[in-house]
Amino acid sequence: MLSRANLLKILSALVLCGAWEIAGRIPVSYAFPTFLDSMRAFFEMIGNGMMLAAYKETLRPLVIGIMISAVLGIGLGLWVGLNDFFDWLFSPIFIVMQAAPLAALIPLLVLAYGIGLTSKVLVVCIMAMPVIVLNTSGAVRNTPESFKEMGKSFLASRTSVLLRIVIPAASPVIFAGLRLGISAGFIGAILAELKITPTGVGDIITYSRSIADYPSMYAAIFSIILLAVLFLNLLEKIETILFKGNQRGYISD
Amino acid sequence: MAISPIKEAPNQTEVAGSDSAVSVRNITKNYGDVEALRDMSLEFPRGQLTSLLGPSGCGKTTLLKIIAGLLEPTSGYVEVNGKTVSGPGPDRAFVFQDFALLPWATVLNNVAFGLEMRGVARSEREAIAEKYIGDVGLSGFEHSYPHELSGGMRQRVGLARALSVDADVLLMDEPFSAVDEQTRRKFQEDLLNLVQNENKTFIFVTHSIEEAVYVSDQIAILLPRPSRVSEIIRPSSFRNKGVENIRRDPEYLDIVDDIWSSLRTYVE
Repeated sequence: MLSRANLLKILSALVLCGAWEIAGRIPVSYAFPTFLDSMRAFFEMIGNGMMLAAYKETLRPLVIGIMISAVLGIGLGLWVGLNDFFDWLFSPIFIVMQAAPLAALIPLLVLAYGIGLTSKVLVVCIMAMPVIVLNTSGAVRNTPESFKEMGKSFLASRTSVLLRIVIPAASPVIFAGLRLGISAGFIGAILAELKITPTGVGDIITYSRSIADYPSMYAAIFSIILLAVLFLNLLEKIETILFKGNQRGYISD
Repeated sequence: MAISPIKEAPNQTEVAGSDSAVSVRNITKNYGDVEALRDMSLEFPRGQLTSLLGPSGCGKTTLLKIIAGLLEPTSGYVEVNGKTVSGPGPDRAFVFQDFALLPWATVLNNVAFGLEMRGVARSEREAIAEKYIGDVGLSGFEHSYPHELSGGMRQRVGLARALSVDADVLLMDEPFSAVDEQTRRKFQEDLLNLVQNENKTFIFVTHSIEEAVYVSDQIAILLPRPSRVSEIIRPSSFRNKGVENIRRDPEYLDIVDDIWSSLRTYVE
């Protein structure tokens, strides 16, 4: 039996797909296909291996970029959050990175790093990393003072305070940053393929648009959203397993 | 913790001869230009409960945190069992006003936290933690999370954590201020038993006059700006009359009245 929460998720997905279908049938625009047409194109591309080949290309910068952003981002965030000097040194960089109009900066990246994998990974990182760093540092800085005092008074070492108190206490906000960062990373990966060199899923989007095959174009967009949603759900599962008691928030109610 | 007869109050001459578990010597604490504590000296007799009582802003929590080693005094020093305090130590355990329980850890892991930090092996620390969880009346809740417990139960977890490390001195920072009135009365009775049965020294910060007089062997009245000890009161006659009778004992009522009349000018 499905839980209420899952039932609602499925219901809202159905409503969305229904609205898509209706909007496609009106049609709101000549360039907007119906849901069913897009799904037909979606399964066709899975059937003929196009989708698999495209994702082999797209996932490489995406996965590398997200890995780098997550590990480096959380590490830097902890550092920035625990040390005023590094806060002063690094915070502005990430605030600028987050606010920068990335699409306009891509030519600069291409100039410096070429049109290969490096540039694409960088685009993913620039999209994903700032929010991970800023969330992590903010969360670490806001560890409840009484938790840290508790740790100290029960003789926890500096490392133990960090590992057993500061990081678990910050974990809900760190994970929120990861979710936002990874979503942004997905956008970055597609942006890179649209703006640097058309490969993978970006190629399907660009090519189908150029020949007016809108169902295939939307099928490609749909597939990347689906992948992002599945991945974010997986992340949520990991968080639940790691920090069980955190789920109902803090005890200061 | 079952109710049992309250221990007899030690008489004055005996106290004069008994040693201090904690001595506060000429402590001054400044926050920038603000003088929080000025040249404060105070003795805490071994095996007894001493309350720090005063209006808000009188520095009682600051003093407690200096004794705990969580804050550095600007000048002066604290001795615990004759040794000068330079930071938190195994001879002291702290009970927090807001409980300070880790929300992601079970009751068992919260209680065992102090033992874990002292490097006690898992099976041993869990056995000790289970014993103290039972002692504070929370058997069966070992695997619950703090958010599943009531305020009173959470503070029992905090108390079990402090007891489990078997420190000589228990520092309690307004431990009952965040629990409801009935739970609070039960806690106060339990605390009297604890003082009697555990051979520990208790330092208890409170802003409640009734609570201080009810539970204390010695009450230090602190006055603010800058904080100083204005008076030390030692209730003598009602400790051996049973918990039910304390609140209508004439001496209890007199002391409560006296303290209020000396504090009222400082409360705006």
